[in-house]
Amino acid sequence: MEGKTWKFGNDVDTDTILPGRYLIYNDEETLSKHCMEGLDPDFSKKAEKGDFIVGGTNFGCGSSREHAPMAIKGLGINAVIAESFARIFYRNATNIGVPLIEAPGVHDKVKEGEKIEVDMENGVIKTESGEEIKFKKLPPFMLNILESGGLIPWIKNNPDL
Amino acid sequence: MSMTMSEKILARASGKDKVEAGEIVMANIDVAMTHDLTGPLAVKGFNEIGTKKVWDKDKIVIPFDHQVPADSIDAANNHILMRKFAKEQDITNFYDVNEGVCHQVLPELGHVRPGEVLVGSDSHTCTHGAFGTFATGIGSTDMAMVFATGKLWFKVPETIRFEISGDLKKDTSAKDVILSIIGQVGADGATYKACEFVGPTAKNFEMTDRMTLSNMTVEMGGKVGLFEADEKTKEYLKGRTNKKYTAFTTDKDANYDTIEIDVSDLEPQIACPHHVDNVKPASEVDKHVDQVFLGSCTNGRIEDMRDAAEILKGKQVAKGTRMLVIPASKEVYTKCLEEGLTKIFVDAGALVTNPCCGPCLGGHVGLIGPGEVSLSTSNRNFKGRQGSPDGEVYLSSAKVSAASAITGEITLPSEL
Repeated sequence: MEGKTWKFGNDVDTDTILPGRYLIYNDEETLSKHCMEGLDPDFSKKAEKGDFIVGGTNFGCGSSREHAPMAIKGLGINAVIAESFARIFYRNATNIGVPLIEAPGVHDKVKEGEKIEVDMENGVIKTESGEEIKFKKLPPFMLNILESGGLIPWIKNNPDL
Repeated sequence: MSMTMSEKILARASGKDKVEAGEIVMANIDVAMTHDLTGPLAVKGFNEIGTKKVWDKDKIVIPFDHQVPADSIDAANNHILMRKFAKEQDITNFYDVNEGVCHQVLPELGHVRPGEVLVGSDSHTCTHGAFGTFATGIGSTDMAMVFATGKLWFKVPETIRFEISGDLKKDTSAKDVILSIIGQVGADGATYKACEFVGPTAKNFEMTDRMTLSNMTVEMGGKVGLFEADEKTKEYLKGRTNKKYTAFTTDKDANYDTIEIDVSDLEPQIACPHHVDNVKPASEVDKHVDQVFLGSCTNGRIEDMRDAAEILKGKQVAKGTRMLVIPASKEVYTKCLEEGLTKIFVDAGALVTNPCCGPCLGGHVGLIGPGEVSLSTSNRNFKGRQGSPDGEVYLSSAKVSAASAITGEITLPSEL
């Protein structure tokens, strides 16, 4: 995966990813128009398909709203890369097929707007300046869900639960 | 075979003799809760899975609370969708717009028991850990899986025990204890951990206090916030549920970390914008407030209403400040009427509304505008949480909210 980055700070909460007043909407396209609105009202206009969101620690903390990763998915963001993630967001994003990459050190090493290359297979992020940041792959159980395309296709592949 | 409370509950729920932190288990769910706001996506996911009938119509609980009554056609459409689902699936425990906030309604109406696994498509589902329940928030797609299969996977969490000691000062409450803990460990201080609240102070806490602590466990990243069930738990559940349950406790030699918390000198606390771990003593915060919100699953119970009414009795809400009082459930609402608290609030100039989530998540009534300040007894103060991203939300106890409504500034009850 290749794309440019949009950087945010620590403790990006799901209220800023997708404010509560839009939770009445249930489709990715409508939700995507309000993605990250709490921190940058113009984000959905500026971000392009294939971009990456880069966060600090505890990305996605707060509410269990799946509307937050749906808004990110709706914009066509390749993946969210952060120092660490909050747990409900981590599950929700994986369940709907949005890749999350936990890469300690990424926030300092990647510049805003920089083009990066993410090698999912080998767990490496390469920056324009030649920096390489290693990341741990998802635990096998979650990787299986992500590779199935999300939890619902995974359930269909595992009828004997 | 030493295990923590969480390990014991997850072992029981996954049909194993022993589980360990870090292990992934497929657990049978005892109670699944969804509501009017995250329910529609769960129903959509359930339909995509294609199973015709939910796994157990008696184990699903659906209260409407976030947007009641509906404030827009879109909200009304979500309600229609959920009512239709409840009817088609013959959901036994469906509560329409009149019952109140899910986390208050669930224990009141007998859906929470010690030792069970309870999931809700709402992050504050951890509230029910107050009853010794492994209760945690999940997303809508996870809920769809539960609807279809009655199962969900969990990574067995590691445990932190908060050993709480010391007697609380007169104006300090359980809310101040949990704000102080979150301030100390940080917003990700307990990520993916089972938090247990133990020690003499935790044991002395009433159920309402325990619910306040458990409720905010997610604000430090916790997966569950547990109290050991005891006589107080039993007393609360009497007459509410007659289903048998087994309570579990953590073995002394189980694997856990301990954090000691002494609350004897603790003063009322405030979480300042825009993060819940930005906690300061209330005495150090000097701020005019435009709106005071007393309510929510954190502090909308009858004890909170009594605390606030005692301070507001015969007083007036300050000019330039408005106060919203939202009892968390029909039961709390009725008690407020019977005890004359509603009259105290209305006489003081406060607005008393129907049980609902109110301005807590900024999607329904009582939103704040740009530049406005809200003092709220709820659980989150994120940027834009209660309306405009250019507004500010401060979090406090019910007592501090009442004192502040009178002066129009963040105020300690002792300063009145």
